[in-house]
This record gives sequence, C-alpha cells and structure tokens, in this order.
Amino acid sequence: MSTNIWVWIAALLSLAIFSYLYKDNPAFRFAEHLFTGLSVGYFIVLYWNNYTLPYIVTPLVNHRWITLIPMALGMMYFFRFIPKLNHLILIPIAISLGFWNGMSIPLTFEADVLKQIQGTMVNTSMLTNIWDPQKGLMVGLLVMVGVISTITYFYFSREHKGPIKVTANVGIWFVMIGFGATFGYTVMARVSLLIARMQFLFTDWIHLIK
Amino acid sequence: MKRQIPLIIVLTLGIFFFIQFFVPSQISTNIYQTTLQWTLVISAFAIVLAIGSLVNHHMLKIKRRKPHWWNSIVTLVALVVMALLGIFGRVKGLEPLGELYRKLFHYVQSPMDQAMFAILAFYMASAAYRAFRARSQEAALLLISGFIVMLGVIPFGSMIWSKIPDIAEWIMMVPNMAAKRGILFGVGLGMTATSLKIILGIERSWLGGGGK
Repeated sequence: MSTNIWVWIAALLSLAIFSYLYKDNPAFRFAEHLFTGLSVGYFIVLYWNNYTLPYIVTPLVNHRWITLIPMALGMMYFFRFIPKLNHLILIPIAISLGFWNGMSIPLTFEADVLKQIQGTMVNTSMLTNIWDPQKGLMVGLLVMVGVISTITYFYFSREHKGPIKVTANVGIWFVMIGFGATFGYTVMARVSLLIARMQFLFTDWIHLIK
Repeated sequence: MKRQIPLIIVLTLGIFFFIQFFVPSQISTNIYQTTLQWTLVISAFAIVLAIGSLVNHHMLKIKRRKPHWWNSIVTLVALVVMALLGIFGRVKGLEPLGELYRKLFHYVQSPMDQAMFAILAFYMASAAYRAFRARSQEAALLLISGFIVMLGVIPFGSMIWSKIPDIAEWIMMVPNMAAKRGILFGVGLGMTATSLKIILGIERSWLGGGGK
C-alpha cells in the first residue's frame, strides 16, 4: 500500500467516481461537486494567467490607459442587474458577435470548405501508384465518391428519388462506416483511460502490480 | 433604438473584419490584433458574470437548505481554494501555494477527470450492445467497421491477424475520412451561413425576446 497521502486521495476519489456504476450515492455526489468546483477554479486561474494578467493588469500597471475602453465595455455586462439599463448588455455582446462572426467567415470557409475540396481532388501524384492503399488514384476516387455521396445524403432541399436517392444510399454506407469507426475509436480511447486508472489503483496505490 | 444600435455594431464590425482578412497590410493586422485583445478583455467580464451565476446558484441551494445542500459548500470551497492557490501561487515568496495548486490538479482534479471519462466506457459498451445488432445492411456496416477499428488498436487484433491494424487504419483514413469530410463540408457551409445571418441581422435571437 502507498504511504503517500496524495495517492490515497486520488485513489479514493477515483473509486468514488466509479461507484456511480452501481448507483447514484453520496460519495459520487461529493466527488462530482468537488470536481465542478476545482474545474471552475482551474479555469479561473487559466483565464487569469492567459488573458487577465497580460491584457488587463499589465497594461494598466504600465499606464496604458486605453485598456480602460474595453474594460468599460466589458463592465456593461453588469447592467444585467439594473432593470432600467438592462438593454445595454447587448453592446458588449454585439461587439463580440460582430468581431468573431466577421473574422470567422473567411477562416471557416477556408478550413472547412476550400481545404476539404482541395483534399478531395484527385491529383497527378496519385497516378504514380494507382493501387496504393493510402495515396493511390483508386483511393482518391473512392474518397471523392464518399465525399460527394455523403453531402448528397445530407442534402434535403430536393426529394431523394432517382439518381439522388442512389447517391444518397451510397452516402449512408460511408456515413455508417465512418460512425462505426469513430465509435470504435472512441470506445477504445475510453477503455485506455479505464486501463490507466486501473493501473494507477493496482500499481501506485495498492502495489499489487509491480 | 435599443435593438438598432447593437444590430448596427454587429453589421459594421462583421463586414469590417470580413474585409480585413483580405487586406494584407500591417495597419490591418494591428487593428485585428488590438480588437482581438479588446474582445478578450470584454469576455473576461462575461466570465465574471458566469462564475457569479454559478456561485449564486450554490449559495441559494445552501441558503434554502435544498436536498444535498452540503455538496454546494464543497463546490464553493473547492472553487475558491483552487482559484486563490493558482493566482497567488505565482507570487514571489508564496511558491508553496503554487506547489499545492499543482498537487490539487495532479492528484485530485485530473484523476477524477480521467475516472469520469473512463466510466463512459461501460455506458458506451451497453450502448454498443443495442446499436451494434446487424438488423440491416447499414447497421452491419456500422458493426463491422467499429469492430475492426476496436481490434486494430489493441495488440490482440494483430495477434489474430497481422493485417487487422492496417485494415483499421485504412478504414480510418479512407471511408471514415470521406464521410467526415462530407459532414465537415456541410458544417462549414452551415457556420458560414449562420455567421452571415447574424451579421446581416436576419438571425436576431441573441437580442432576446424570441428574436422578434
């Protein structure tokens, strides 16, 4: 058995979380609430170190008073508590929405649309080895068929009949293979976390595995 | 006017920062960097509001002695302790607080985080039992690809047949990627359309009052 108090705390809290597999109980609720508090506290520290210190505290210490403008705009969020001036909360929300939406349109379009089209295109380098299972022409064509048919399956502006129905059905196969693969991969990721916890309990805590 | 001014701000900033992306000048980049910092400062106050809301929720639970109210004390104490240790632990002379903060993260928060995700393995296994029954052609595809990928990432898979990990990788890299790419394409177009709707004032639900 470990003599380290922190290892004991980690082990008992892990067991408290695992106890939910039996049913909801006071030990799990304690661990759950502790986890919530610590996570929010951790997030506060993260935000403090990465944003509040460099963008608010440091500029103010260095007499860069222009920082007071975004601070004043941010403080408008607190008008939420003054019913008569409640509508002013929309100003900081509008600034954030305008900035992030305007900025994200070209970035999203480039990453999720243009780059995906580029990646789906069959190129001349694929001709050097047609049957290569990773980069060959046949694989390129298969990916292209998969992308087009998947998009067709999620296209609801026209009724799925005739050629659209056939393409959409091929799309379902790709989507099902994709979902199955993702599901399998996610399950194994969770299982590896479970194995890591078990290793901790049996190795670090009770020293059953050496 | 209460709604017109925010809509004008969104429209102006939205169009400005959309165009800014295509202007390759130092002034344009500086404006972008400054506005980015300003929005981060603004969002810091939104976070204060969010944390205040969480604290208020738990304070009310304690005040009204709602069922399991003592757990709310645990949440509030953990929140305050973790935040104070993290913030003051970086101050010179208070390094032991920083050490305690790191211990709390490594031995309390992180193990619980891992355990929370690990118990999902059991629930996913039970979901798999219901979903992975080959009742149709499509369900069979789901079952087969999921099974191969699961076998492919564990040593047992290659013990059965050495090619299984390669097949699993091929499934991930080819048909899975094709489906994901198709979905991502739709998501990208959807996000662009939603952003445009917000900028142009067609989508107004953020103004409150059901978007009227």
